[in-house]
Amino acid sequence: MTAAANPIGEAVVWINDPLNWTNPGGMLDRLGEHLTISALAVALGCLVAWPLGLWLGHTGRGGGLVVLVSNATLAIPTLALLTILPVVFASGFGRTPVVVALAVFAVPPLLANAYTGVRQADPEARDAARGMGLSGGQVLRRVELPLAVPYLAAGFRTAAVQVIATAALASFVNGGGLGEIIRTGFGLGIAGGGGQILAGGVLVAALALLAEVVLGGVERLVTPRPLRRGRQRTGQPRPADATGRA
Amino acid sequence: MSFRLSYRADPGNPWFSWQYVRDNSDTILAAVREHASLTGRAVLIAVLIALPLSVLAYWVRPLAGPILAVSGVVYTIPSLALFAFIAPYLGTGTTTVLVGLVLYALLLIVRNVVAGLNQVPPEVGEAAEGMGYGRWGRLFRIDLPLAVPGILTGLRLATVSTVALVTVGVLVGHGGLGQLIFAGFQNNLYKAEIMTGSVLCVALAVVLDLLLVLVARLVTPWTARRAR
Repeated sequence: MTAAANPIGEAVVWINDPLNWTNPGGMLDRLGEHLTISALAVALGCLVAWPLGLWLGHTGRGGGLVVLVSNATLAIPTLALLTILPVVFASGFGRTPVVVALAVFAVPPLLANAYTGVRQADPEARDAARGMGLSGGQVLRRVELPLAVPYLAAGFRTAAVQVIATAALASFVNGGGLGEIIRTGFGLGIAGGGGQILAGGVLVAALALLAEVVLGGVERLVTPRPLRRGRQRTGQPRPADATGRA
Repeated sequence: MSFRLSYRADPGNPWFSWQYVRDNSDTILAAVREHASLTGRAVLIAVLIALPLSVLAYWVRPLAGPILAVSGVVYTIPSLALFAFIAPYLGTGTTTVLVGLVLYALLLIVRNVVAGLNQVPPEVGEAAEGMGYGRWGRLFRIDLPLAVPGILTGLRLATVSTVALVTVGVLVGHGGLGQLIFAGFQNNLYKAEIMTGSVLCVALAVVLDLLLVLVARLVTPWTARRAR
């Protein structure tokens, strides 16, 4: 099969066709599916990872567990989990297994950052709070949690971008989303669907980059000004950066 | 298609079946071989590109920011989209998969090598210059050897994530073990096939990682001694 004559031109034509936007299964439908799946998955991930990470960080135990979870998910192929979970859920298809599979990939960055966020809280601030008579739960809520917010935001950004990227693969297991456009394009063959493949790729990439930029802005907003510069050292990847790609 | 037959012979659809492995050993071995070879080639090419790039970022400080930023942006692009960008031009072949894998491995290696090079103490660099080392001599005999731990960390991360990522190549027809996983999904959720592919994939990642740890021990014996 030869390469398409002019993929960029065809992609522009495909994106400019209004029917490709509004048809059932068009871009708007797929975008809605993509965002719904991703939002549910990230919410589920936060629900599990944040309490666990904060608690582990507060007690100072389980650092090894956090590292283990991060490393293990790095080695698990996204495709494997996306195909195994529908089987486990016995329903076969539908949203739930896809959401759960995506949530699994959201957990490591959320967990690692929540843990690190609490651990890095100034021990003297913690001691002072204890000295003022705050109980363990109060120390966590009033001292450690506010100090961990920038880390929680960083973890949220990493997790959300990761989930949005992985959600593109949900189309493989009939989960819908923007990846469906690419998959349909491949179904038409490179010569016939080259434009659509490229257009789908642009949409998926644009969504991921947009999420990265917007959530990066949120991360900046919730980080108190004095803390902003120091954490931007180059060449020092945070633990959350070592997530697998999807 | 041989997996169809073994599926009918075992209507129970268990998570693991020796019969499936025996009947399809050729397919499985071929998938493992393709997976390992794609991973090896991708990481090798990525290292060959990443090392000069990192040295450039190390020598020419103003370039460090842009190099890390651009590779960061590429890393953010979902793999499916990246394959979608490449496929219309290079077709559905091994080349497309390789280009995608190399681009992702690049960031992990460049970032860690730059970090490793930046960790070289400035006194050591000055001492080397005082001893009359030139730019290249210092690079090959001082900077790079001292950056070896960073290089190996990047190599390990890149290898493990590449093994996981190869499976996505199934989209363009060359996904190694991803081929098994996806075929199992399409064969009425044939569990044994999905599971064999997944487990072998994780096993391959673990084996390669351990291999690199061993290499790291051999190449940098001082780090093991320091840890003790």
